[in-house]
Amino acid sequence: MSLDPLPLCLLFSSALVCLGLIGALARSNTILVLLGIELMLNAANLNFIAFWRYGPVTSPATGVMFVMFSIAVAAAEAAVGLALIIAVYRHQKNIRLQEANRLKG
Amino acid sequence: MTAALILIAVFTLATAAVALSLRNLIHSALLLIASWFGIAAFYLWAGAEFVAFAQVLVYVGAVSMVVLFAVLLTRRSRADTVIARDSVERAISAVITGIAVFGVLVAAILKTSFARLSPAGVPPLQSGTGVSPVISAPTATVRDIGMQLMSAHAAALLIIGILLTVALLGAVVLAAQDAPESKQESP
Amino acid sequence: MTLPGPLTFLLQLPLSSAAGAADAFLERLPLVARDWVTSWLPEPWRWLVNSLLSIAIILSVFGLLFAYVTLAERKILGRIQNRPGPNRTPIPFTKLRFFGLAQPFADGVKSLTKEDVVPRGADHLLHFLAPVVLLAFSILTFAVIPYGRHLVPVELNAGVLYFFAAGAATELAVFMAGWASRNKYSLLAAMRALAQLISYELPLLLAWVPVVLVAGTLSTTEIVAAQAGWQFNVIPHWYVFTPWGAAGFAIFMIAALAESNRSPFDLPEAESELVAGHLTEYSGFKYALFFMAEYFGMIALSGMAITLFLGGWHAPSPYLEFIPSYVWFMGKLSALLLGFIWIRATFPRLRMDQLTRFAWKFLVPLALINLGNAAFWSLSFHWSGPFQILRWLISVLVVVGPFVLLGRKLSAGVAPRVYRYAV
Repeated sequence: MSLDPLPLCLLFSSALVCLGLIGALARSNTILVLLGIELMLNAANLNFIAFWRYGPVTSPATGVMFVMFSIAVAAAEAAVGLALIIAVYRHQKNIRLQEANRLKG
Repeated sequence: MTAALILIAVFTLATAAVALSLRNLIHSALLLIASWFGIAAFYLWAGAEFVAFAQVLVYVGAVSMVVLFAVLLTRRSRADTVIARDSVERAISAVITGIAVFGVLVAAILKTSFARLSPAGVPPLQSGTGVSPVISAPTATVRDIGMQLMSAHAAALLIIGILLTVALLGAVVLAAQDAPESKQESP
Repeated sequence: MTLPGPLTFLLQLPLSSAAGAADAFLERLPLVARDWVTSWLPEPWRWLVNSLLSIAIILSVFGLLFAYVTLAERKILGRIQNRPGPNRTPIPFTKLRFFGLAQPFADGVKSLTKEDVVPRGADHLLHFLAPVVLLAFSILTFAVIPYGRHLVPVELNAGVLYFFAAGAATELAVFMAGWASRNKYSLLAAMRALAQLISYELPLLLAWVPVVLVAGTLSTTEIVAAQAGWQFNVIPHWYVFTPWGAAGFAIFMIAALAESNRSPFDLPEAESELVAGHLTEYSGFKYALFFMAEYFGMIALSGMAITLFLGGWHAPSPYLEFIPSYVWFMGKLSALLLGFIWIRATFPRLRMDQLTRFAWKFLVPLALINLGNAAFWSLSFHWSGPFQILRWLISVLVVVGPFVLLGRKLSAGVAPRVYRYAV
């Protein structure tokens, strides 16, 4: 296997996205599921930066731009997600994902 | 340089993997914050200073606090931060799914030839010296980023601003306690 | 000046400048001394030794400064409260007291030799990591402050952002300290401290955005360079001498007081009301490390305030430029630290609700309005003659108007206090 930086970066980010996926699927605690999803978002950001750094030259800061917006969206997602978790906790007194199956509180 | 990348990757992946397998929620959250630090280190390694510092500021400074507060607000006793063991079947099927996805991604990466993608003038990477090979790398100074934000991406910036405001209000509305409930509640 | 890596060391060579001050011997003394030390090394090792040297110098200078700021604080507080303060510690094995100048070292020895008590139920690893993380991040913030004309440890394109990113990580350490202690009062106090830190992070960040807006850069050296020069050879072009700059400086310093847990915002560890807040279960040298980090944070924030608003290492008058720039920096730093101590001696502590209300309802709106003010200031830079006066008038009004209105709104129903039974 070659040691070019771009494939290495991509391997790194795909490993991270799979870790996030495993975490989101395997755990039943809502906070951990949310953190797994955050990890997957971060892995996507890694790809943006990797392609910006080693990919074909496009406009100078496009990859960075994408990551900035993605970080902002991720922050909003985390805030709303955790607020939802707190709301769910208030209704059913725990945050196990399997038990959040009622549409009516 | 490649050695540094591998080091960063191993650190990030190890902290993330341990974080997602622990039963103590606080330890999980703190280890994930360490892995976010690893990602910021990767951004630094790739020469995207601004993004690295933004990552630390947003994730380590803000998102981590929201996560930790959420962990503390959704428990009734101290023991609740150590959660019950999850079902093994779910874990096994999740790991199988994850490994399958990883296999597909790795196959795709290894099959692709990146040589024609990368810019022609990339010099061979030297390792060990403190000099990073940025001779032909794109540089995004803060000024460039600011100019781009205010010209080409101005609309996106506005939308992000609206999104963040709506998310802030939505989070407050969702998490705010209703008045009658607050009497029975002992947080 | 673009630099290769993000952590490249920039003390390479004195920037060739036409001005005589930049090349004066005293100005270049640190560089000359460093080159003298590292000149015998082979070339590939020189940058490494250079950076290690600057790390060692920063640690020793600010370590000593920390020691003597604690002593100065105790002495000045004593003087203000009409008592002598610590004056008994002699130089070891002699009877020479020198006004108690050896006191910090006695304190250090005391805290090093104290027993390190860790509660049995504590999370031992996190309990140990919390002071380490806190101190590490507060030391990291020293890296981007320009201490003198040629003295910037690390020249970063996004230096100001780096500073506040490193500062934001201290919240984590506070949480770790509170949670790892396995003490419900520690945890509650940590939550209060976090609420305070998060509340005041916002005005702190918003207060420096106008500077970045007007200077057009996030690099600390360029911000300092943008404040060079004097109006009529008298008034320096420091940002604090503009209406928005004065308001920004005030907001920044208030938020810095709260961020470094200083009185009147020292609720997290209010020693006369709580035991020690999130530090309750810490003893010995770990406790000393927390204090060291607090003072380092205070020094770093003062250094950043100097860089952003007080013209960095620039001399206040062209006739005083013969004094080297790092002396000016240290002078301004001492003045700001003295201000911190004086404020601690003067103001009573706020209540928790007053504290957060002050941040969210007063400082944040003022900082936002100040941002608009700075935008107006940079848009109207070409106004001249009578328009210049108009520009100042508008800018001052935009600062003073909201301040008065918000202040009246905030203190409605609180002030003035009526003394019903006393005359």
